[in-house]
Amino acid sequence: MPTGPHWLSLRSAGPATTGRLCVATLALPMILAARAAEAAGVLDPEGPIGAANRQIMLNALGIMLVIVVPTILAALVFAWWFRESNTKARYRPGFAYSGRIELIVWSIPIMVILFLGGVIWIGSHELDPATPIQSQNKPLNVQVVSLDWKWLFIYPDQGVASVNDLVVPAGVPVRFMLTSDTVMNAFFIPQLGSMIYTMNGMVTQLHLQADRPGDYYGLSTMFSGDGFPDMHFIAHSVPADAFEKWVAGARGNGPALDQAGYADLQRRKSRVQPFTYRSVDPHLFEMIATQKIPPGPGPDAGRGGPGVHPQPEG
Amino acid sequence: MLGKLTWDAIPWSQPIPLIAGAVVMLVLLGVLAWVVVKGYVPYLWREWITSVDHKRIGVMYTLLGLVMLLRGFIDAIMMRLQQALAFQSGGYLPPEHYNQIFSAHGTIMIFFGAMPFVIGLMNFVVPLQLGVRDVAFPTLNATSFWLTATGALLVNISLVVGEFARTGWLPFPPLSETGYSPGVGVDYYVWALQISGVGTLMSGINLVTTILKMRAPGMSYLRMPMFCWTALSANMLIVAAFPILTATLAMLALDRYLGFHFFTNEAGGNMMMFMNLIWAWGHPEVYILVLPAFGVFSEVISTFSRKPLFGYRSMVAATLFICIVSFTVWLHHFFTMGAGGDVNATFGIATSIIAVGTGVKIYNWIFTMYGGRIQYATPMLWSVGFIVTFVIGGMTGVLLAVPPADFMLHNSLFLVAHFHNVIIGAVLFAAFAGLTFWFPKAFGFRLHEGWGKASFWCAFIGFYVTFMPLYIVGLEGMTRRLQRYDVPEWRPWVLLAGVGIIILFAGAVCQVVQLVVSIRDRDKLRDEMGDPWNGRSLEWATASPPPAFNFAVLPNVQDEQPYWTIKQRAIETQQLPAEPDYQPIEMPRNSPTGFITAFFSTLTGFALIWHIWWLVVVGLVAAYAIFVWFAWRDVEDYVIPAEDVAKIDRERRHARQAWLDANARVGEPA
Repeated sequence: MPTGPHWLSLRSAGPATTGRLCVATLALPMILAARAAEAAGVLDPEGPIGAANRQIMLNALGIMLVIVVPTILAALVFAWWFRESNTKARYRPGFAYSGRIELIVWSIPIMVILFLGGVIWIGSHELDPATPIQSQNKPLNVQVVSLDWKWLFIYPDQGVASVNDLVVPAGVPVRFMLTSDTVMNAFFIPQLGSMIYTMNGMVTQLHLQADRPGDYYGLSTMFSGDGFPDMHFIAHSVPADAFEKWVAGARGNGPALDQAGYADLQRRKSRVQPFTYRSVDPHLFEMIATQKIPPGPGPDAGRGGPGVHPQPEG
Repeated sequence: MLGKLTWDAIPWSQPIPLIAGAVVMLVLLGVLAWVVVKGYVPYLWREWITSVDHKRIGVMYTLLGLVMLLRGFIDAIMMRLQQALAFQSGGYLPPEHYNQIFSAHGTIMIFFGAMPFVIGLMNFVVPLQLGVRDVAFPTLNATSFWLTATGALLVNISLVVGEFARTGWLPFPPLSETGYSPGVGVDYYVWALQISGVGTLMSGINLVTTILKMRAPGMSYLRMPMFCWTALSANMLIVAAFPILTATLAMLALDRYLGFHFFTNEAGGNMMMFMNLIWAWGHPEVYILVLPAFGVFSEVISTFSRKPLFGYRSMVAATLFICIVSFTVWLHHFFTMGAGGDVNATFGIATSIIAVGTGVKIYNWIFTMYGGRIQYATPMLWSVGFIVTFVIGGMTGVLLAVPPADFMLHNSLFLVAHFHNVIIGAVLFAAFAGLTFWFPKAFGFRLHEGWGKASFWCAFIGFYVTFMPLYIVGLEGMTRRLQRYDVPEWRPWVLLAGVGIIILFAGAVCQVVQLVVSIRDRDKLRDEMGDPWNGRSLEWATASPPPAFNFAVLPNVQDEQPYWTIKQRAIETQQLPAEPDYQPIEMPRNSPTGFITAFFSTLTGFALIWHIWWLVVVGLVAAYAIFVWFAWRDVEDYVIPAEDVAKIDRERRHARQAWLDANARVGEPA
C-alpha cells in the first residue's frame, strides 16, 4: 500500500542535505546581488545622492553581515552536529541557562544597533531630501505635479513645462518642489537617489543631481489607480548647452499651460506621450498646491459607480 | 429595495471571476448537499457550529485560515502569471481586475489567512498549556470566530457580486475616497474588516483574560510555557492596536458614506493622518502575527532538541520588549513622506532596536539546540528553516529601517520580498510547524511525515526561488503593484519568481495531500498515549484528542516544565500518580449565539455595502436581540457526572500505564 514519499524522510541522511541546501541558498542571494549590481538600479548610482544612499545601505549591510553570517552558520552547525544520530555529540539535557552566554546574547545585538543607530542618525540628517546639495552651480528649479496618470514638470525660471519627460543639465543640482493633482504618488529616479511622496494640497522637497549626461528611468512608486503602470518617464541628463537648446526648442512650440490648458491635462489619461508646453502660468504650481485649482476629477460618472462592475478606462 | 444592487453587479462580461465564482459555488453547494444527504447537519450543528469548546473553535479558526491561505495563494499565482506575461503588453488581466487581485491577496492573507491560523493555534493550545478547561468567555469566543468568518465571507462574495477594493491591502486615501473609488470595492473592504475586527478584538480580550486569570494551580507567570507568553503579548497588542484600526476605518466609512472630510483632499482632510493611524495599528499587527510564531518555534525547538528552552527568562523579557517597542516604530512605513531628519532618524533607530529582541530570541533558539539531541520531525525542519530564513528577512528589514536606504527601496519589490521573507519565513512556517505539532493533540493521529517533509522542502526552496529575484529586481528599481511594465532588465527576475511560485504550489499540493493521506491512514498514525513528541508542557498530559473538560483534575504545577516533571516521576517510579478523587465538572453549554449573530452581521455588512438601509436596520436589531436573548438565559452550564469523568480519565491512565510498562522494558532514555 503506497504511503507517500518515504525517500524524503530525513531520519538517516537528512540533516546533511539540510545543511548543504541551506549553504547553497545562502550563497545564492550573493551571486544574484552581484549580478544585479551590473544592471541599472539603485546599486548603479549616477549622482551624489544615489551614491551616498548606496554607501549607507552597503555600510549597514556590512555591519549586519558581520553577525548575520556567523549566526546562520552557528544555527546550521548546531542543528547538524546535535542531530540525534550523531553519537559524538554530547547530550546536555540540563543546559538551559548560562549567565555568560546571556550577556553575550544581549550585548551583540545591542552593540550592532548602537553602531547602526549612528549610521541612521547621521544618514537621516545628511541625506534628508529637503537638504540642498552643495555645489558651485546654481540649482535648477523644477516643480513636479503628479496627475492621473502622467507627470508634469514645470521649469519656473525658464517658463516652460513638459509632460512625462524630464530634462536636466548634468552636474547641476536640481531642486524639486512636488505636489499632486489627485491621489498620492511617489517621485523616484532610481539611479539618481531618494524618492519622495507627492500629495495634494502639500508641497514636498527633493534635491537630486545627475553627474553625467545620460537617460535615467523614472517612475511613480505609490500605487495611484488603473493607469499607475504608465506613470513613468525618462530623466534626460544633458550638457548645459544642450539644456539651453532644449529650453529654446520648448519655447518655440507646443501649447500654453494656462488654467485652461491645465484643466485639459487634468483629465484622466494613461499612456501619454511626452510633449512640452511653450509657456507656463507662473502661479500655476502655487495654485495647484494651495488647492485654488480644485483636485483632478475621479472616474467619470457611471464607471465603477453604483451597482456597476468596473470597466476599463483611459 | 435593494439599494445599489442590480444585476449589473455580477461581472457577466468577465470570464475569470465568473468561472471562479461558479466553481466555488458548485463546490460549496456540493459540500452542503453531501452534508445534508449524509445526515451530518445535526452533528455539525451540535458539535461544531454551536460549540463553545475552545478546542473546536481553535480547529475551525485554523481550518478557515487554511482555506483562506489557499484562496490568497491562488491570487498570488495569478499575480505572478500576470507579471510574467505583461512585459511590454497588457498580460491577461486588465488593470481594474489585477488591482483587485493584489488588494485581495494582501487583505486575505493577513486578515483571513494568517490571523485566523494564529488565533486558532492560540485558542486551541493556550488553555491546554495553562492546564485549564476553557477560555474565560467561551460563548464570546464562538462569536469571535463566527464574526471572523463573516468577514472572510464578505470578501469572497465580492468576487462575484460587485468588486473588491482596488487600492492595495491598506486603502490609502485619497485613492480610497468616493471621488477616486466610487465603486463598492472599498466598502467591501471596510465592512469585512470592521466586522472581523470586532471578532479579533473580542478574541484578544478573551485570551488576555484567560492567561492573566485562569491558570492551573501553581502556574505562576514565570512557569507559563513560552507559547503562552507570546500569546499574551500578541493578544495585548490586539487589545491595544485593533481599536485604532476600527477607528481609522470608521473615519474612512464616515468619509465615504456621510461626506465627512477626515482624509479627503478637500475641506481640510488629511491623508497623512490616515497613514499614521493605519500604521499605528499596522506595525503592531506584524508582531501580533509573529510573536505567536516565535512561541510555536520555542515549543518545537525545545521539544525536538529534548531540552528545556534556553534562557527562558531572557526569552520572556525579549518578548515583552518586542511587544512594547513595536508600538513606537510605525513611521518607518513612510520615511518618504518628507518628515525631516530628526523624525526619520528617531523612528529608524527605534525600528532597529526591535532587532535586539529578535536577535536575543534567535540566539536562545540556537543555544536550545546546542547540547540537544535533535529529532528532525517535520515541525523541527520548519523551525530550522525559519531560523535561517528569518535572519535574512530581519537583516533586510533593518536595512529598510535605515532612512537613506529606504529612500531608494520603499515600495519596491525589495520591500515586497522583505515582508514575504519574514511573514512566510516566520508566520507561515510556524503555522505549518504548529499544525503538524499539535494536529495529533487535536485529532488523535499524527500527520504523515513524508508528505510533511516534502511540503517543507518545496516551501523552503520555493520561497527562495520566488523572493530572492524580487529582492534583486527591487534593487533595479521595480516598484510593486505594476499591472504591466516595459523594462527589459526586470523580465528575467520576474520570470524566475514565476518559477518559484510553481515550487511553492507543489508545496501547497503536498500539504493538502498530507492531510488526505493522514486521514486515510489515521489508524496507522494513531497517537494512543497523548504524548507523541515526548512533550514538556501540559497539553501533552491529557489524552489526544482531549476530553471536553481537558483535565479531569487540574494539574498542580511545580516548575517551568510541568508535564515533563510529572512524566519523569512516573518513569522513575514506574507508576502513575495515585488515582485522584473524581468530582463532577461544570462545563459551559453550547450556544448558537455566535453563529446567529454572525449571520445577521453578514446581512448587515452586505446591506451597508450595497446601501440597503432597511436590511441594515433588520440585521443590527436582530444581532442585538440575539445578544440580549443570550444574556437572559438561565442555565449556563451542564454538569459532567463524576463517574463519567472517572471513566474517561481511566482510559487515559490506562493508555499511559501501558506506555509506562512498554517503556520499562525498552529503557527509553526520555
